[in-house]
Formats: sequence, structure tokens, C-alpha cells
Amino acid sequence: MRPLRVLVVEDDAAIRKLLQVALTRSGYQVIEAADGRAALASLAIDKPDAVLLDLGLPDRDGLELVPLIKAAGAALIVVSAREDTDQKVAALDLGADDYVIKPFDSEELHARLRTALRHRLAAETRVAKVVLGDVEIDLAARLVTRGGEEVHFSPKEYGMLAELAKHPGRVITHTQLLRAVWGPGHEHDVEYLRVAARGIRRKLEADPATPVLLRNEPGVGYRLVG
Amino acid sequence: MNEPPRPDPDALLRTLALGRDTGTGGGKQASRGNTRGRLKVFLGAAPGVGKTCEMLDDGAALRNAGIDVVIGLAETHGRIETMARTAGFEIIPRKVIDHHGRSLDEMDIDAVIARRPALVLVDELAHTNAPGSRHDKRYQDVEEILDAGIDVYSTLNIQHIESLNDVVASFTRVRVRETLPDRVLEQAELEIVDLPPDELIERLREGKVYVPEEASRALAHFFSKSNLSALRELALRRAAQAIDTQMLDHVRAHALAGKWAAGERLVVAISEHPGAAGLVRTAKRMADALSAPWTALHVETTRDLGLSEVDRLQLTATIDLVQHLGGQTATIPAENVVEGLLAFLDETRATQLILGKATRSRWHEWRHGSVVDNMVRHASGVAVHVLSLDENAERVRARHAVTGQQARVNRWGTPTGHAVSLGLVALVTLLGYSIAGLGNVTNIALLYLLPVLVAATRYGLRTGVITGLASSLAYNFFFIPPRLTFSISDPQNLITVMVLLGIAVLVSQMASRVRDHALLARNSVAQNGAIVGFARQLTGISNETELAQVLCAEVARLLDVRAMLLLPENGDLVVRAANPPEDHMETLERAAARWAFDNNRRAGRGSDTLTACEWLFNPIGVTGRVLGVLGIARDDTGAPLRIDQLPLLSSLLDQVGLAFERIALEREMAGVAKLREQDRLRTALLSSVSHDLRTPLTAIIGNLDAIRPSDPEQADQLGAARAEAERLRGFVANLLDMARIEAGVLTRSSEPVDLADAIAGAVHDLRTRLAANPIRMDVSPDLPFVLVDAQLFQQCLVNLIDNAAKYGDAGTPITIAARREPGRMKLMVMDQGPGLPPGEDDSIFEIFARFEGSDRKGGTGLGLAIVRGFCTAMGLVVTASNRTDMHGACFTIQFDEAHLTNVEEPAA
Repeated sequence: MRPLRVLVVEDDAAIRKLLQVALTRSGYQVIEAADGRAALASLAIDKPDAVLLDLGLPDRDGLELVPLIKAAGAALIVVSAREDTDQKVAALDLGADDYVIKPFDSEELHARLRTALRHRLAAETRVAKVVLGDVEIDLAARLVTRGGEEVHFSPKEYGMLAELAKHPGRVITHTQLLRAVWGPGHEHDVEYLRVAARGIRRKLEADPATPVLLRNEPGVGYRLVG
Repeated sequence: MNEPPRPDPDALLRTLALGRDTGTGGGKQASRGNTRGRLKVFLGAAPGVGKTCEMLDDGAALRNAGIDVVIGLAETHGRIETMARTAGFEIIPRKVIDHHGRSLDEMDIDAVIARRPALVLVDELAHTNAPGSRHDKRYQDVEEILDAGIDVYSTLNIQHIESLNDVVASFTRVRVRETLPDRVLEQAELEIVDLPPDELIERLREGKVYVPEEASRALAHFFSKSNLSALRELALRRAAQAIDTQMLDHVRAHALAGKWAAGERLVVAISEHPGAAGLVRTAKRMADALSAPWTALHVETTRDLGLSEVDRLQLTATIDLVQHLGGQTATIPAENVVEGLLAFLDETRATQLILGKATRSRWHEWRHGSVVDNMVRHASGVAVHVLSLDENAERVRARHAVTGQQARVNRWGTPTGHAVSLGLVALVTLLGYSIAGLGNVTNIALLYLLPVLVAATRYGLRTGVITGLASSLAYNFFFIPPRLTFSISDPQNLITVMVLLGIAVLVSQMASRVRDHALLARNSVAQNGAIVGFARQLTGISNETELAQVLCAEVARLLDVRAMLLLPENGDLVVRAANPPEDHMETLERAAARWAFDNNRRAGRGSDTLTACEWLFNPIGVTGRVLGVLGIARDDTGAPLRIDQLPLLSSLLDQVGLAFERIALEREMAGVAKLREQDRLRTALLSSVSHDLRTPLTAIIGNLDAIRPSDPEQADQLGAARAEAERLRGFVANLLDMARIEAGVLTRSSEPVDLADAIAGAVHDLRTRLAANPIRMDVSPDLPFVLVDAQLFQQCLVNLIDNAAKYGDAGTPITIAARREPGRMKLMVMDQGPGLPPGEDDSIFEIFARFEGSDRKGGTGLGLAIVRGFCTAMGLVVTASNRTDMHGACFTIQFDEAHLTNVEEPAA
């Protein structure tokens, strides 16, 4: 099996070098691109499995690349500054798999990259069952158990949980969740999500006040943590 | 359609009720502050009717009702019943003014204003102040007190009202010199103090009014029963008129929304004639009766060039009187009076014209035409009122008596003119003699036209006529047979002489007209030229100092005066320029300049305030704002400003006002541009720091993570480097957050946030630093969501929890609690540690505020300032206090109802 290829699109040489070293050590084959043009060329020639994309590129808006990368079938993780919430959400809504905040934690980056790559493979073979600690979510049977006992959810709670469970470990934006569960036209009703999230936590978390399973990403969305 | 809308009766009643409410309560506390004080005048027909007593009684009633009333000045005239009434009042001590060794006392305005009562009682409104006082007249003092927001009660006798001055004098034979401009009364509430004449005379006899020895003398003259009855009628009528006017004002204001109803407009023509004052007073009374605006017009013709100093002063006095009586004044240049009047009437659409008819000679009228006749003939649609001018009217007393001699000489022609003309006649005679043999003598008559034409065009009518006479005489004597006699044998030759004379008159008339035109035109061209030149000079100036110098130089040159400009600097008026240079100012001059600046009115010599001052200070203002004061003075101690110079000075000052404003605006614009540039720099710096500082940090931390230490010592070093890098990262993040707050570039969105989510997120972010302090949660899962910016709010929590971890003792828990209270919710982050130093509750949120000796904690001093900044941006309140249950600090974020949202479970 050939090693997984990761394309690093980053204009700063030091960061590029750092990522190259860290990822190579973890067994990835790393391709570097300093701007959008080089990235697109590499996308066509090297056919990377995953792309790490810095949104602030010298020659073009990083957001423009998102749909192109997704169309090429690569997993995509966006690298951005903390305060650029709008850009992150836009990238996610356009199809990016996840994001990391600069300055990033190498471990977190690895975890996100692993998750994104796993989903890329899983997308081909539909996952039917997700296990998170003592919680089992059977998407085919629409059945959720905790410690072996069935847990009952309202339809919206289950809808939200199922939507998150389809991509465990990956952030799903508010817009994506609302559109999938409540339907188009409710994309801005974030409070529905908050209520449903509360319901899910009450039924699944050991201590609903300190949630560990269902994590909120402020201003972005939710993530189901395994 | 054109009919004005009828006033709404209810609205009218409401305003009337309101008016009565505030009207009688002159001393109400509510009327103080920035609004002008109200004036109430107790009006009586004659001295002794009890005005002062009435005023004191009213004042006492208000005082007893708890209103702060003081006496500014009360003249008791030694009357016992009056003196008794002043008891119980606080009396402001009078100011003693030294006048040539005599000490006179007047009301102390400054003391009254400094005392700031609600109401001050000031007797005898029409009183003339002692020389050397700030104002000439007491009513001016009162106006200043009113301007300070203090209400005033005062007293007045009917004969002191300016517009009634003539009327009263006409039957009492006593002309009162202390008069009060009508405009003062127009703003005042009037209360009539009435006493039937018989009772007043009785009071006089009993000696209750004047001190006894004066009483009998006064009785005989002024206090006759018929006089008193007439005065009483006048007073009552005046009061009725005031009520009428107020009522009409209300109706008009409410029905027509403040627009002046198209109606009568009155013009009175004035000249330097002393009787013009009478015309002006009549105009004022008529205008009041018609409720019409009125204007006094002076038509400036070439005649004005020959006016004597006395005439000018007379004209100035008349114009002053108009202004006192509340009329407008206008001066227009014209070739002759009739033309000027007609043009002005047409322009202003006046409906009433008042003219004075001087008793002039028939000859004068034949030559100039009667103004009155011409006006009646040409002014269609205007009611022309003709009054005879009082030839015996009192003339102004001239400071230095200059007669009109100079002017008269001018009109009769100069000796040079006569000499030249007669010389020409002699020359022509000689010429005629030499050619007499060549032909008909009548041709020689034509030659004589030459000196007549020259004399008439160059030296005016009289010289022309004299030359004409001389020519015809010479022609007669030397050329007409019988020669060398003045007799004429042939009637034809008589015609020749008559024609010569006739031509002299005609040509000189025409020529003098042309010359008058040219003179007027030259004058106005010169003035316009001065203004235009000045304006052009101003446009090139870009700083105040230069502007000040140019203004002073130009004013000094154009008006032939000394000039100085004062501008405010740190609350003081400072001389910025003077021409000729001068920087010394007397105390009196300072006071006058200050007064002019504060009151936006002229002060000093030639005005009616602080007239003892040598300088006349004119405020320079734009749209009601005073920017500075221009002082002018004349070396010869005369009035600094001639009345005909006033328009020129006004134009110059207007120009300067605009220039000052332009300079101020330019400076402001430059400031704005600078700010914008700073803003741009700041934003650029922010984004550059955010990128350029963090990118290398990311690389450093990432590389440190990637190093695999070969021995424990290296591992320690690596760990230390990693920790320091982490600290630097936190510091940079904090600096950036602070910079975003300071720059005001926080973009915030509001969304419902679950406190549990936010707290969990913050704790997750801090997971590596909370090892020593467990988190204890006391947050009910049923609390409402808070409407905040999720990012900023979570950062607030991170900083608060981080702070608690820093200052809480090691191993002690950090408690996070939320409480729902009526109308609000509180979120508290509490540690167990030394707590806040006493009194430091709020200063803890300041930038770089740290406890004494807390450096070791490794904080940046920015964390809490950021919390405060973010919370303020989101509309939340954050406070700090010490815990009540144990040692430690407690930080509370408070959400009001607007920041809370309770969402029902969405329909499943």
C-alpha cells in the first residue's frame, strides 16, 4: 500500500517545513505548495489524499480552492487564525472536512487529519454503527443504547445525533445540522440546536454540565467526540 | 385656500393654561438653568401709586412659598411703609462707584448673578446708571441678569416708555430723559399698579410719596389731576395692548406655524433733521397698532457728503433710537431721495410710508421738487403719512461744535473756480475783440458758451450761473451796440443774453448730475473694492495669526482707526494683533472686550455698554458663535465709528468670521485625515502582527514538539522552552485581543449560547493549565441561553478561569456557578485564595493592573482588561468582588433580560 499523500498549502516556509517534518515522521508522503497555483497543479498531478490549506494565500482567496479540492476527492483540513470564525464556517459549509486553529497543536492536527482521512474512506462504505464509549448508535436501525439500555430521543434530537454520528470526530456546522434536520429555511435558528443538544446531553452524558461526548465549537458547530 | 388655518381651540387653551402656569410663578425654581429668566414689570401711571410696595408684597408672597427671593435694589425714598416691606428680605449690597470724588451706588450685577437667587427684585427699570458703571442703563443690567437665568421683578412709570415719550411730554410739559426701549417691555409680563388720581393726590398731600418739601412743587406741575388721568389712561392702554399682542402672538404662532402673516409693513424716512426722532416714535406707535414690522430708511445722496459733524451725530442718534425702539434700519445710496425711497418701498413691499415735511423755501421746492408731492404721485399702493417736522426739536449736543461752514463753501463754489471762469470770460472777450471786425457779432456770443460750459461742468451750478451772467454782461458791454454800455438797443440781442444764461443753468444742472453720479459710484466702487480686495486677501491666508494681522491692518487703513484683535485662548481673551502695534490693555478695556465677547454685542465707546472705555469692541461671529473681538479706537477721542462706516465694518467682520471658520474647518479636516491615517496604520499593524508574530511562534512550538530528547536533562530544557513559548503565545494572543478592543474592530455576532457549552469549551481550552485546580460546576441544566458572541464570550470565560487558576491557591477548586434572578442572570467564577486587595474591585480590570508582587504568577496583566473590553462590546457587565463565604475572589458576569432567551422545545 502506498503511503497516504498530504498536500500542504502554506505560504510561510517555516510552517511548511515544520508540517513536512511532522507529517513525514508520521508516515505520510508530503507535497508542498506555496501558493494557490502550485496547489492546483499538485492537485491534478500528485492526486493527494488530504490537503492542509491555509486560507491566507498570497495569490488568491483560499476559499476558492475548497470546492476544487473537494471535487478532486481529497480530504480537506483548513488552517486558520482563531478570530476568523466566518472564514472557517464558510470553508466548512463549502465542504471542508475540518479545521485547525493557528498556532496549532501537532497532536490535534494529527487527530483531525486521521479523522478526515477515515471519513474519506468511510464515505465509500457506509458506516452503520458508531460506538463512543458505552454509547452505541445504530444508524441503520435508528437505535441508540447507553450501557446496553435503549435511550429514547425526540425526532429532532435523534436527527441531530445521527447527523453528527455519520461523521464522528468531525465538526458539523450549525448550518449543515439545521438544514439536514430542520430543513432549509431554518439555517439561522441556532437555538433549536442548543435545545436539542441539551436533550442529547441529558440522556447520554454522565454529567450534562461538563459534557465530554457532544462538544460545542463556539460560533462554528458541534462535534461528536469518541 | 389662502385663508390661514384656524387655530385649534384646544391647543390654544392648553398653551394659555400653560402660560398662566409658568407666567405667574416668575420665581419658580424650574425656570432656572440655561433658559433666560423671566421679567415682570409693575407698571404705574405716576410715582407714588405703590409699584415698589406691590413688587415687594408679591416678592414676599413668593418668598414665603419657599422661593429664593432677594432684593437687588429697592428705592425706598425714605418712605416708611416701603422700608417696612423690605424687612425679611436678603438685600444684595450695592456697589459704590466713585465719580469725580462723589460716591454713587448702583446695583451690583455680578454679586446678584453670583448669588444665583431664583428671583431678584430691582426697582426703577428706567434708571440711568452712574457714569463708570458697566452699562449706561439699569435695564441693561437687568437683561444681563435675565440672561444668567434669574427671574426679575421690576417697576416702571408709564412716562419712561420710549415710544410714549413725546405723547407724555406733549401734555405734561416735562420731557423725561430716562427712557426705556419698548423692546424690553415686549418680552416682559406687565402688571398694572393702579390708583385713582384723587387718591394719589391725597397720598401726595399726606407726604407719602415724596419727601414733603418737594411734594408741593411737584404737585403744581406734574401731578395735576388732568395729567394723572391722562397718564393713567396711557398706562392702562399700554397694558391692554401688551395682552393683545401676547394673545395675537399665540394665535399666529399656532395657526401659521411661525410664519409671518403677509400684512402691513411700515417704512419711515429719516434724515439728519432733528425732528426725525419724532417721526420714528410715531412710526413705532403706528407699527404697534398695525402689528407690522417697521424699518427706518435713510437715503444717502450726494448731499450727505456735505453733512457737518453735528448733522452726522444727529443722524446717528436717530438711528440709535430706531434700534432702541426695536425697528430695523437701512441706508441705501441713491441719486435723490424720491428715487431711493421708491426703490426701497418696491423692494420691501412696504404698505405704509411716513415722511416728514420740512418747512423749506418755495425756491428750494421749485428747484428740487417736493419729496412729499413726488412720493404721493409715484408710490402707488402705499399709504403715505406726512408729518410736519418739529423745527424746534432738541438737537444732539455735539462733542465739538463744527458748523456746516465747510459744506456751504463747497456749494457756492471754490474761489479758484470763480477765478478760472472769469479769466476764461476775459480771454474770450479779448479773442472776440480781435475778431470783431471779421463778421456778425452774434457769432461772438457763441464763443461765450465756452467759459459757461467749462464753469458749469467743472465747478457746479452757481459758478456756472455767475459765469453766464458775467459772459452776458461782457458780451453786452463790449459787443452789443451801443458798445461799452450795458444798455441793449436791439431786442434780438436781449434774446442772446437770455440764451447764454439759460444754457448756463441747463448745462450746470446736467453736469452736476453726472458729477453726483460719478461721486456716488466712486464711493461705492471704493467700498466694494475694499471689501473685494479684503476677501481676496483672506482666501490666501491659512493661519489665524496672519489673518489677525491682515484684519487689523485693513481695518486701520480703511476706517482710519487704530485696531486690535482679541481671540480666546484658554478661556482668556488675548491680543493677537494690533495696528499700530499695541499689547497693553486697561482693566476697563479688558472688561469691555470680555463683555462684547460673552454677549455677542458691541461694547465700549460709541455703543451703550461700558462707554467710558476708549475702544469700541465688535464681536466677530459666525452663526451666533463668537470667535473673537475686534477693538477700534480713534486718536482724537471721537466716536471710533461713523454711522456710514458701519456697513463696511460689518462686511469686513463677516468676511473675517467666515475666514476664521474656514481655517478652523481646514484644521479639522487635516485632523480627520490624520486620524484616518492612524486608523489605517493601526489596522495594518494589527493584521501584520497577527500574521507575522504568530506564524514564527507556530513554527517554534511545532518544532519543539517534533524534537525527540535524547536524555532527561534535554527533556527538561525542552519542556521549559515549550512552556515559555506557550506563554509567549498566550501573551501575543492577549495583546492582539486588546488591540482589537482598542481599535474598535471587534466584529461580533449574537447567537444563543448554552452556558454549559461555553464553560465546557473554556475548560477544554485550558485543560493543560488546570491540573492544579479542579473545576466545580454549579450550573443548572435548565437555565436560559444567553445571547452573546460565542467566540468572545468563550474567551472571556477562558481568561476568567485562567485568572482564577493563577490566583487561587494550589489544589483548591475553582467554582463556576450560575444563578437565575428576577430580570437577570449571573455567572460567577470564584477561586480560593488571597482575594482582591480592599478597594481594588474595579481597578483590577484596568490594563496591566496586577496585584502587588504577583509577577511570579506570570500573567500579562491584560486578561481581565480583555474580559471587560469584550463584555462591554457585547453589552454585558462584569464586576469583581471578594467572596462572602470564604477567602477568594469572585468575578461576576451579569446578563439582563435582553441577553437571555428561553426557547421552547421546537415542535418535534
